[in-house]
Amino acid sequence: MAEHTSSYTPSNGLEKWLDERLPLIRFSKEHLMDFPTPKNLNYWWTFGAILAMMLVIQIVTGIVLAMHFTPEATLAFNSVELIKRDVSGGRIIQAVHSTGASMFFVAVYIHIFRGLYFGSYKAPREVLWILGVLILLLMMAAAFFGYVLPWGQMSFWAATVITNIFASIPVIGDPLLSLLRGGFAVGNPTLNRFFSLHYLTPFIIAAVVVLHIWALHVPGNNNPVGVEVKSSRDILPFHPYYTMKDLFGIVVFLIPFAWLVFFAPDILGHSSNYEMANPLVTPPEIVPEWYFLPFYAILRSIDFPLLFIDSKLLGVIFFGGSILILFFVPWLDRSKVRSGTFRPLFQPFYWLFVLNFLMLMYLGSQSTTIWWVPILGKVGVVYYFAYFLIILPLLPRFEVTRPLPASISENVLRPAHT
Amino acid sequence: MIHKKNILAAVVGVLLVAGVAPAVADDAPAATPTVNLGQPDVPLQPWSFGGVFGRYDQNQLRRGFQVFKEVCSTCHSANLMSFRNLDEDGGPAYSEAQVKALAATYQIADPSVKGGKRPGLPSDRWPAPFATEKEARDSNGGALPPDWSVLAKARGEERPLLNWIGDLFTVYQEGGPDYVHALMTGYHDTVPAGVTNADGTPFKLPDGKHYNDYFPGHAIGMPPPLTDGLVKYAKGADGSSVPLTVDQYSRDVSAFMMWMAEPGLDARKEAGFRVVVFLLLFAALMWLVKRKIWSNVEH
Repeated sequence: MAEHTSSYTPSNGLEKWLDERLPLIRFSKEHLMDFPTPKNLNYWWTFGAILAMMLVIQIVTGIVLAMHFTPEATLAFNSVELIKRDVSGGRIIQAVHSTGASMFFVAVYIHIFRGLYFGSYKAPREVLWILGVLILLLMMAAAFFGYVLPWGQMSFWAATVITNIFASIPVIGDPLLSLLRGGFAVGNPTLNRFFSLHYLTPFIIAAVVVLHIWALHVPGNNNPVGVEVKSSRDILPFHPYYTMKDLFGIVVFLIPFAWLVFFAPDILGHSSNYEMANPLVTPPEIVPEWYFLPFYAILRSIDFPLLFIDSKLLGVIFFGGSILILFFVPWLDRSKVRSGTFRPLFQPFYWLFVLNFLMLMYLGSQSTTIWWVPILGKVGVVYYFAYFLIILPLLPRFEVTRPLPASISENVLRPAHT
Repeated sequence: MIHKKNILAAVVGVLLVAGVAPAVADDAPAATPTVNLGQPDVPLQPWSFGGVFGRYDQNQLRRGFQVFKEVCSTCHSANLMSFRNLDEDGGPAYSEAQVKALAATYQIADPSVKGGKRPGLPSDRWPAPFATEKEARDSNGGALPPDWSVLAKARGEERPLLNWIGDLFTVYQEGGPDYVHALMTGYHDTVPAGVTNADGTPFKLPDGKHYNDYFPGHAIGMPPPLTDGLVKYAKGADGSSVPLTVDQYSRDVSAFMMWMAEPGLDARKEAGFRVVVFLLLFAALMWLVKRKIWSNVEH
């Protein structure tokens, strides 16, 4: 699909002049308007556009917040409150930014799980997938840095607990910890560097997003049946068909977003973050934001040593591994059939994986003093890794897949699964 | 085939454990709290500012401010509140003249004037009762009365998952005022019979502390601040009056605390209603346009 011919002809002398020097208009026409897109994309595919919008919203609101925020340990907490009280529109801008972080993760998890179901990571889209996982990692970093900035109790103690994770890495752990914190404990230098990094990461994300979209535009979109585009009957130009469908998806997504911003801006946060950071008082429970909970549950579930590895380091290995394993999914899944729609045996395992992810999320929010939390946590960890390391590689050996349609348009006319 | 069996067994195992363990946990006596003594659940109160259409009750905020001014502010600071906030819309909404007169009754520390003190202005912050944390602790038996600015949002229980999911729709955000009201009405003169520590030994109240049902650990430094009839509310313009009881004072002062923590709530919810209605209509129009554009495509 990459080699579709351009339909652009410069309409006047100036456009022709520009086209010979910097073919910006030609590029836009090819990639934003004519880009051939499978005609059968469902609404799960609108989350790409939703995520692009969320990145823009976070950057714009974040730039405004940075104008009024004071990254200094004794002033930061009150400066966020003053943004809400005294800056014009500050209450809404701050709520959009903090709720936006959560909505960003809602969208990215849906986007990732869509990719996992429809096999969007399979050849020739491995690089596209890897760049996506990289964006997830960068988003996690950005969200973590950002959560520390209001300098509430949960900000401070989350920063302490999360940076502490790095201390368990052998040899470089302690120097790395001091480098991250800017000292032996979390304090003003930590806040300063986290603010700086929080301003930096979104622009790195934007750059990787450009690569992600580039890597999308070379092979073109995957689609719900997972059969490559065969003829012009299978495709539609991106504009107006998908610009319109994406815009509709965006507006629908904005409804729950606005609901939370205006009616429940604090519901996704912790009440103890309305207390100023105090190194002398540990909150009764230190709980990360909801979008980190599945991985936090994995970290906490590993409470036993293995051979010469102590339990802390082992937890960190599983914690890091749970995200890094995503990089290898294109090669772990051995099925020739892309879309889960045609894989009857894959489907229950996939949905169990989704449930398992949600269960880990719930467990991450519960105290480990409840006896079933560590037990279920270990079960969750086993299934999380078994899904990638055992089920995806071995399932194709036993699975009899459903017959694939000859083409997208054939499937559109006679859907195979009805 | 061996692999397949193993995988299936693993799945069945996961499902069984996932399904059974929480169910067992509900009956398990082992799941007693280990850190804090059991506090009863904070009862939810009806608040005028709860829900999508909630708004502060101006009269209630004025009563709450009176309680704060006459009782609470002798120990608690409110560092982020300025006198001028008291005449803003969506708050107690006193007149500018009233606020100016009120501010002038306070002496504000100002090193740039002769004598180091001057009468307050509407732009001044609410003066703190103690100059330093040490002074505050010394005057309160070692306990620090927390600042009130955002205190109402810094309290409140984490809600169980199912309640929390419901809260997303009912937009329950009043855990703080609920807790404050429960705390104000949860004092006991003596430790109630039958209260024990986590290990079963009888609970003993440390000297200088007071017993409260809802305070974590039950031993609170703050003596019961309110008594019936302590604050004399003025009668309403129509001659109506509210009861002069601890329960009523607690409701009023909790509402006032919530306003102090979230002074723009009225405007926020008002704008939110308009935004959500707009988005719903906009989405409907977008759907129609989308359908029109796609009408010539088989998909």
